[in-house]
Amino acid sequence: MAEFLFWPALLFYGEAAVGYLGDARRPGFAGNAATWGVRLGWLAQTALLGVQAAREDGFPWGTWAGSLNLFVWLVVGAYLIWGCRKPYRLLGLAVMPLAAALLIVSRAGGGTGVGHRSHYSNLFLVLHVGLVLVAFAGFTLAAALSALYLWQERRLKQRAATILRRPAPSLATLDRLAGRTVAVSVPALTLGIAVGIARLWSDGERIDALVVATLVTWVVWAAYLVLRATGLNGRRSAYVALVGFVLVVVVRLALPAVHFS
Amino acid sequence: MRLVLVGTSHHHAPIELRERVALDAEHATALAQQLGEAVCLSTCNRTELYVAAEDAEDAEARAVEVLAALEPQVEHALYRLHDQAAALHLFRVAAGLDSLVPGEGEILGQVRAAHETGTPGLLLDRVFRQALHAGRKVRAQTAIGESPASVASAAAALAEQVFGDLDGRTILLIGAGKISEQAARNLLTRRARIAFVANRTSANATELAERFGAKAIPLERIGEQLAEADVVVSSTSSPGYVLDAATVEQARRGRQLLFIDLAVPRDLDPAIHDLDGCYLYDIDDLEAIVSETLAGRRGEAVRAEAIVATEAEKFHEWQASLDVVPAIASLRAHAEEIREAELRKAEGLLGRLDDGERRAVESITAQIVNKLLHLPTVRMKQAAVSADGVIYAEAVRHLFGLGEDEH
Repeated sequence: MAEFLFWPALLFYGEAAVGYLGDARRPGFAGNAATWGVRLGWLAQTALLGVQAAREDGFPWGTWAGSLNLFVWLVVGAYLIWGCRKPYRLLGLAVMPLAAALLIVSRAGGGTGVGHRSHYSNLFLVLHVGLVLVAFAGFTLAAALSALYLWQERRLKQRAATILRRPAPSLATLDRLAGRTVAVSVPALTLGIAVGIARLWSDGERIDALVVATLVTWVVWAAYLVLRATGLNGRRSAYVALVGFVLVVVVRLALPAVHFS
Repeated sequence: MRLVLVGTSHHHAPIELRERVALDAEHATALAQQLGEAVCLSTCNRTELYVAAEDAEDAEARAVEVLAALEPQVEHALYRLHDQAAALHLFRVAAGLDSLVPGEGEILGQVRAAHETGTPGLLLDRVFRQALHAGRKVRAQTAIGESPASVASAAAALAEQVFGDLDGRTILLIGAGKISEQAARNLLTRRARIAFVANRTSANATELAERFGAKAIPLERIGEQLAEADVVVSSTSSPGYVLDAATVEQARRGRQLLFIDLAVPRDLDPAIHDLDGCYLYDIDDLEAIVSETLAGRRGEAVRAEAIVATEAEKFHEWQASLDVVPAIASLRAHAEEIREAELRKAEGLLGRLDDGERRAVESITAQIVNKLLHLPTVRMKQAAVSADGVIYAEAVRHLFGLGEDEH
């Protein structure tokens, strides 16, 4: 059943990615079709996660590939909250191909099937893995918003004659949304890291490379919030967000083997 | 029933002529009432009379007469369209395809108002409702009305690109001329607040400031107000810059600022654009944007034309069906009368049937009648679309003797 649900999720995400590409060339029908692709794909993936949870009777996304599956669901879910509106379709062009690609990687690693239950307790996994993934999904969206901000800002600086042809969110909206997303994600990451470190201490284990990298990521995103509080927003905070996202990518993709082994 | 359109527009008549036949809502209503079932659409670009009548030639002559009574010279600048062509014209008008600026949105409201103040019957009510539907559909399914079509609206749209919702955003106007005022009005419609008006002549600044509920300031004090402004619109006749980059950098306190320079020669130092968070657009930049968006609108107009053509075709089918619907209704009524009469004749035989059997007999006879009449009904409707509807309707009336009893 879980295997069966993977395909519609991937199909709709793929359709959304292609639709947003078509919408970038000629706004209209392709964009509407893409939006429906996001909605239906997310519903299919929700069902997939539901089946996985029911089969395992708990939290089956403790593995690297499993967590990637949940991560994709969170990113697309967060995008769905406001991303289906016309001005944010450009953002879908960045989010949906990434979601489709990561879902494929997750499947290749066995993250969309069943039978990968971790030996950790459900509560620990929900608090630690769940919160860290929520935070990373938020950072990913904040980075996408920041990238869109920089692109839009560059067009304004270039005085592009085509600047008003395509509906795009304003600089102020992009900046505000990125800031709010990070403001929610940093506390989630803080709590997720705290739960993980508490567990390490209680088990008498040592801090590994992934924990260090995650702490560095936390420092960068916390600095992002501090900089914004001191009035340093706009282009500069967008660059900080991109640096923070690079660290998220490193933590998510480069070092998991160290942590999950 | 025929649909007749008589009117003139910016394509056919100069403003001197159009203004003599332009009507306010009250006069437009009176004119429509004078013509019976009619709607008068009068805007700055057009005055059109839509009339529904059995005799199209007579209706057209009366409409021409009414318009010529307003201004005799207009008769040579009138267009006259009937039925599907008239409907297509109205749909194009409602979609903004016949406007000076393709896709302008104001016309849809004007068509709605004309419909409400006219005296429409079945035909005009249908064609105007469908026109409003076509107009909304074009706006929903194409991007024809999404981009600005004037320098002033492009400036306002740029402000929205930077700040999003302009509600409460502060505008500083430099110069109290017509161009500044026009740009300011566009920003006001987007709920921005004109806070300051700076001008070399203080009387002019005060007058414009009072009109907008703003504060008049001398040109020398612009720098002091930059810390509170979000958008600066400048249009003076000053030979040099009225604001330089150093003043802006010093005064704005890190805030994002959009500068719109509508003056020639330019009022604002081009180096302002190089400051982080400052965006300066001069008249050439804005005209390039408008030119590009108008090209985009014309591209979208091709898609919009296809939408209105489909709607006009639907209207044509509906209008054509009006010719045969009475004949179809008479035929069905006639058949039903025969069925019921035959059932009554067989009452003696049917009396022995129980309720279930009686219902079965009634159902079977009704089905026979429906099946027999189904194909003729479909064929008559098809014939109506290809303009043979009246002939078919007459033939059916003749063959089945419909209406003969009345004679």
